[in-house]
Amino acid sequence: MNYPLHLAILVLLWGYIYTSWSVMGRLGLVSFGHGAFMGIGAYTVVMLWNHFGLTPWLGAIAALIFSAVVAVVIGYPCFRFKIVGHYFALVTLALSEVARLVIVALRDQTGGSLGVTPNGALHEGATASLGALQFSDKVVWLVIVAAFWLGGLWVWRMVDRSMGRLALEAISEEEEAAASIGIHVTRAKLRITIISALMTCAGGILYAQYQLYVNPDTVSGIAISLQMVFGVIAGGMFVMLGPTVGAAFTLLLAEGLRLAFGNRYPALDTTIYGVMLVLFIIYMPRGILGTALALFKRRPT
Amino acid sequence: MSDVFDIYLLEAVLNGLLLGGLLALLSLGLNLIFGVIDVVWICYAELIMCGMYAVYYLHVQYHWPLLLAMLAAIGIVALLGLILHQFVIRPVLSAEPINQLLVTGGVLFFLQAAATLAFGIEFKNIGVTLASVRIGEMSFSAARLIAFGVALGGMVGMYLLLTKTYLGTAIRAISQDRAVMPLMGVNPARIFALTSALGGALAGLASCLLVLQYDIHPAIGLSFGPITFLICVLGGLGNMVGGFVAAFIFAQFIAVGGFFFALEWGYVIAFVFFIAVMFWRPRGLFAK
Repeated sequence: MNYPLHLAILVLLWGYIYTSWSVMGRLGLVSFGHGAFMGIGAYTVVMLWNHFGLTPWLGAIAALIFSAVVAVVIGYPCFRFKIVGHYFALVTLALSEVARLVIVALRDQTGGSLGVTPNGALHEGATASLGALQFSDKVVWLVIVAAFWLGGLWVWRMVDRSMGRLALEAISEEEEAAASIGIHVTRAKLRITIISALMTCAGGILYAQYQLYVNPDTVSGIAISLQMVFGVIAGGMFVMLGPTVGAAFTLLLAEGLRLAFGNRYPALDTTIYGVMLVLFIIYMPRGILGTALALFKRRPT
Repeated sequence: MSDVFDIYLLEAVLNGLLLGGLLALLSLGLNLIFGVIDVVWICYAELIMCGMYAVYYLHVQYHWPLLLAMLAAIGIVALLGLILHQFVIRPVLSAEPINQLLVTGGVLFFLQAAATLAFGIEFKNIGVTLASVRIGEMSFSAARLIAFGVALGGMVGMYLLLTKTYLGTAIRAISQDRAVMPLMGVNPARIFALTSALGGALAGLASCLLVLQYDIHPAIGLSFGPITFLICVLGGLGNMVGGFVAAFIFAQFIAVGGFFFALEWGYVIAFVFFIAVMFWRPRGLFAK
């Protein structure tokens, strides 16, 4: 019972994180730096808890503020000076590496590459500690991540219906033209970046509290940033449930191959995944769900 | 006490200079590809990893002489570059630029995982240790000196190729005006394929130098891939001279920063410097 539950939690959690990325990614702001926001979320909360005993509830507030500040510090100059396309991708890539390297370099506090475990708060058979945001019952986690996932979809939908989306679509088509008809380019981009960064940061917090273990390579750096981008592309960047489908697809692929072959071929899933990504981007740029929906629509009813 | 301090600082600066040569070579192939084909090979460092494995297997498992194994590795990676272009880049040449960036990211995943699958995650070493060279109180690894020399040689060779040969002229012309060159009788598809092979060969050359200094493992690309892109962007994507200068700037940040603080802080300073420069000159330090 625990295993399917664990899988469901991971699918929803990553589905939420991928959705957070796609809120800005689908509007032409392809960030390779979201690992930084996830890392900030995970590590700020765990560090404040372990070193100062600060409850994750307050830690989360600190982490969210920290993420928003980083998003503005990176985003504002990027948008102000028109760093777009793959220059934007590469600047944000530098950001996610900075986050990973800072975590590794502060190894006396963070445990470096070995990662760190939040101090346990569940004593003597207790199953939940609300103050420490630690729950041993997976059902509780399922409810929490499902709520965040639904919240993420709600944000996606609100953005989709807003004037901001139209503005950002105009910007991604032709930035100068959009500015000339009165769209405040920097403000529109910055707003969506902050939303996306805050959501991703919250995802990092949930990840840390659920796994009760964080490691710089699994919550920050280029690998995790690329994982988000590719999860979204595999599922479908332009449809609401695309990122979730991407998360489900990658997790089930990995788990399915692991069950089929055991641990004999440790990287078989990523090998197949890599080939499929390349094929997707070439032949199915709309992703699994996007392509499926397009096929469905084309069929006469 | 202050004398000792200074000589170690000087050693760090000189080691940074040597590292700069290597980084400059790493960025050279990527810049060439970008300048001509207008595509960033995110998987460039993974091609280098393939070259390192090629040297390892040919030399250690099949007992080829080291130099022969290295030449073969250069050929193999050149072939990989060609394959990458023909089968992955060509179908997306007219797609959005970001898709071109992402598709090579997919190749990155694939190569890293395939290497894990084929070669395992153990660290491998070709078992060749070169002496270190001592100058006064300072010591430098011979592998780094060789790498520096070869990197400079590679860059001079590249310069001569681009300026003195027909192929080089065609490559430079294509990178200046993609639309007009076909009318002048240059076949872009052929030039793109040759450039990709050349970029691959440069990655192969870099792998021969890296294999002398570092252990090989499937994730090694991630440790110097990001810095290679950032050097190219800092120098202005496609600008080889810019990349060359940027490589030495970055290397000094890493070496001297690492001397005063921990090694990671050297990288952090270099990356933060990069981000700051991007705000000041969004198209790179030496953008036209």
